[in-house]
Amino acid sequence: MSNRAVDWWVGIFVLLGIAALAVLAFRVGNLSGFQYGQGYILHADFNNVGSLKVRSPVKLGGVTVGEVTGIRIDPKTFQAEVSMRIDPQLKLPVDTGASIYTQGLLGEQYIAIQPGGMPQDLKPGGTITLTQSAVNIDQLIGQMVFSKAEGGSGGSSSGSSANAIPNPPGQ
Amino acid sequence: MSALDFIPELGHRVRESVPRLGAATRFLVLGLGRPFHRHFSIQQWLRQVYGFGVLSLALMVVAAFFTGMVLGFQGYYALVRFGATSALGTLVALSLLRELGPVLTALLFAGRAGSALTAEIATMKATEQLSAMEMMAVDPLAWVVAPRLWAAVFTVPILCVIFDLVGIFGGYLIAVPVLGVDSGTFWSQMQSNVSFRGDILNGLFKALCFGLVVAWIAAWQGYSAQPTAEGVGNATTRSVVAASLAVLGLDFILTALLFS
Repeated sequence: MSNRAVDWWVGIFVLLGIAALAVLAFRVGNLSGFQYGQGYILHADFNNVGSLKVRSPVKLGGVTVGEVTGIRIDPKTFQAEVSMRIDPQLKLPVDTGASIYTQGLLGEQYIAIQPGGMPQDLKPGGTITLTQSAVNIDQLIGQMVFSKAEGGSGGSSSGSSANAIPNPPGQ
Repeated sequence: MSALDFIPELGHRVRESVPRLGAATRFLVLGLGRPFHRHFSIQQWLRQVYGFGVLSLALMVVAAFFTGMVLGFQGYYALVRFGATSALGTLVALSLLRELGPVLTALLFAGRAGSALTAEIATMKATEQLSAMEMMAVDPLAWVVAPRLWAAVFTVPILCVIFDLVGIFGGYLIAVPVLGVDSGTFWSQMQSNVSFRGDILNGLFKALCFGLVVAWIAAWQGYSAQPTAEGVGNATTRSVVAASLAVLGLDFILTALLFS
């Protein structure tokens, strides 16, 4: 086989490899995370983030509008401070709330945001103050067991929310 | 023959294996350093990439396709009990990207290219071609060994990417058209759980290490073979066995380091 043919085949081989890597990166891996690259950062403090992780989705009305970029403990307030990157086209009012919910019974946790009605918008780097922590199943069961044992009406103190968002009726 | 004889025996073994290990390491370092030598030829390197890579491609594609399809079936039957078939895409992709892709590529590579590499170098030694090169002041490390080592390091990650991709496609073909998993769920679950750096690039790094180790073992077995017909045969067998075991052992270490 001539050197020229070898060169051609090796070139094709390398191009195949690069193409396969590109397909893997964009189709299989989530390099599409760059989607929110120009998004702005918001913070929210929670008492308990449950099993929320970096890259967990941030949803508004079920539509993913951003992702969690960092979770850390605020050393002064001892609350968990979650940073998230939000779609730049989305302007949220200052009285927007954030809650941590679970997808399905065993699914991953995500942040759901509920937009408020104030005319002013949250600035990039701003903080969402109305938050509701992740529901801790163990804690709920514990409370239920104790309230049953005391003979009280169970569930009245269950929602372990921090700065309680008005709960939907029936909770 | 006392029962304590195993102690000097052990000492003898260790005393013998240490210089061999040292010589093998020196062989690797010298071989990898040779691209800067005047007898290193890019053309030789290209020919090896052709032989290792292009000619292994069909084998890799077939192996990957079947691996992916089996993963699709087995994953489905394991997950369907828990009603978690939506995680099938993640299962197939992560299994292939993290473990099966690099390891199977390296094992197939050891069988197809590593054995040929050992036999070739051992035959060169048995027919005194290596000595002839030295007589002509051509460095056999630069002319024969270095292009092969570097070709393996270069080729195995590329083969691994292609293996991953074809395997995932095979899994998709079983999951979606045959078993009726939703196509959108399959891909979106995969995308949200596979990280480019953490899974894809780490898998390729593994493949690169495996390529180096397989080529090193194969070339060293050939280079240090007995210069007889039997020696060539023994070296080839040992090359495939040692390279396969080394890949599996190294895989454990790399997994513990990279994915912990």
